[in-house]
Amino acid sequence: MMIEYLITILLIASIYAIFALGLNLEWGFTGLVNFGHVAFLAIGAYTTVLLSLHGVPLFVSVLVGVALAGAFGALLGIPTLKLREDYLAIVTIGFAEIIRLFLLNEEWLTGGPMGVCGYPRPFEDIITGDYNLFMLSVVLSILILCYFMLEKLIKSPWGRVLKSIREDEDVPVSLGKNVFVYKIQSLVLGSMLAGLAGSLLAFYLQYINPRNFMPIETFYAWIAVVLGGSGNNKGTVLGAVILFCFFSATRFTQEYVPLHPTQMGALRIMLIGLLLILFMMYRPEGLFGKKEELML
Amino acid sequence: MLSVRDVEKSFGGIRAVNGCSLEVERQSIVGIMGPNGAGKTTLFNIISGFEQPDRGAIVFKGENIEAKNSFEIARMGLIRTFQLTKVLSRMTVEENLLLAPKYQQGERIWNVWLRAREVRREEESNRARAHSLLRLFGLLPLKEEYAGALSGGQKRLLELARALMAEPDMLLLDEPFSGVNPTLGNKLLNHIKELRDRFNMTILIIEHDMHVIMRLCDYIYVLNRGRVIASGTPEEVQNDERVLDAYLGGGQYI
Ligand SMILES: Nc1ncnc2c1ncn2[C@@H]1O[C@H](COP(=O)(O)OP(=O)(O)O)[C@@H](O)[C@H]1O
Ligand SMILES: [Mg+2]
Repeated sequence: MMIEYLITILLIASIYAIFALGLNLEWGFTGLVNFGHVAFLAIGAYTTVLLSLHGVPLFVSVLVGVALAGAFGALLGIPTLKLREDYLAIVTIGFAEIIRLFLLNEEWLTGGPMGVCGYPRPFEDIITGDYNLFMLSVVLSILILCYFMLEKLIKSPWGRVLKSIREDEDVPVSLGKNVFVYKIQSLVLGSMLAGLAGSLLAFYLQYINPRNFMPIETFYAWIAVVLGGSGNNKGTVLGAVILFCFFSATRFTQEYVPLHPTQMGALRIMLIGLLLILFMMYRPEGLFGKKEELML
Repeated sequence: MLSVRDVEKSFGGIRAVNGCSLEVERQSIVGIMGPNGAGKTTLFNIISGFEQPDRGAIVFKGENIEAKNSFEIARMGLIRTFQLTKVLSRMTVEENLLLAPKYQQGERIWNVWLRAREVRREEESNRARAHSLLRLFGLLPLKEEYAGALSGGQKRLLELARALMAEPDMLLLDEPFSGVNPTLGNKLLNHIKELRDRFNMTILIIEHDMHVIMRLCDYIYVLNRGRVIASGTPEEVQNDERVLDAYLGGGQYI
């Protein structure tokens, strides 16, 4: 029982870690402000399950979901990333709401508020033991793969250009870098990671509906990134793990506190807020961030 | 090398640059002087593509560049520095330099995997070149430091080293001596001279200090209120009444 619970927590945390790594690439390394990251999670999830329900092979459905999330990233980036930086922030907020309302209202496609269920999961009929354990191993492998891919990219000359954009984009521009292209690439790659996390989330949940993709999900990713230290992949992963351990800890205590579940939910958000405030006071650089950097 | 023809630029009601023309010969050091607010920096921004001119033309190496993006102009070999130094604070001194070389293989996302070996080799040779530039500017011991931790003068040197790392044909330097102490300033001045004498570079430099300009420049343009009010060799300009008026009469002391 306890071990199953642990597996579940780790599974969700790993999925959200992939989701948050995408945001860390955008914000932590490139300085792009994306307040609608959840939209790409939703696009990945819905595309994957709807395609697989229509007979498209699972693996292909996931790939299309990831690609579509990336394509929407480009679609949002192209008109906004040449403008002042706050435009992306505003447009992504709006986009996330549009996607959620679309999922809610286009019942013929998305099942509306009822959502979608009964879609296939990878290797469902072959796995005889604990499916979540199998899934955890898959998700962890993907997470590790994503992590090392990002680390390699960040340490490459490509990553150096991203970081220079974060610091002051006038500098790379004055040295002949086409910063617009790099920003688009960062946004597309970040959105693809969110799309991938969305597919995995759908497999874990077995039933998805628009309530899984509320704006708060975007802020969970932000919390993971900030907790870990912006611009640090290790920190982001750990941030996601801490966040979800904290969630489940409060779920455990549910039995012992005389609060209604919705009150408990509100209390949880309050505690997270408190945790963030304490972090900003005593460790503003995050878990793995470098203190010296904040002084500069 | 560079020719600026009748460039105009207004911000709201302010005519920052008001019909400005100048020529820069290959392998010369040309100075731009003028009181604060004369439009010098704005002219630099226009040449380097950071601002679009309202009117006028700019020709660099025989090509019109007034409509080009700033990164394209930089790729043509025209590299600028900034009046308020811009270093990448949370990156190391070495990383600041490594960013500069143009057309790096490793800056293309696919090459990070597909051409890993070439990328590594290119990175090694760039690093060697960065180190020799840092040594030249006395910054080598600081290569692992965050650029944001350097002093004002060191940041100036770093910015110049970074510009050189891009292998420019022409440099635009916006007040490279401001905030630099006299000893360092002297070294910097010699470095800039050397760039022209040894590396055949063309330099356009904005500078307030008459003495520096006198020692450095082959030719000088004096700007006031967005116009060229005088030009000539340092000796000619030094004795020009209009120049003295612009500086002293305008209440601005150099
Ligand atoms: N982005 C801008 N917006 C509005 N006014 C500007 C801008 N840039 C420069 N100016 C104005 O243009 C004039 C020339 O400024 P500048 O080129 O910085 O002068 P200089 O470098 O010779 O001191 C000043 O009056 C300044 O206030
Ligand atoms: Mg100026």
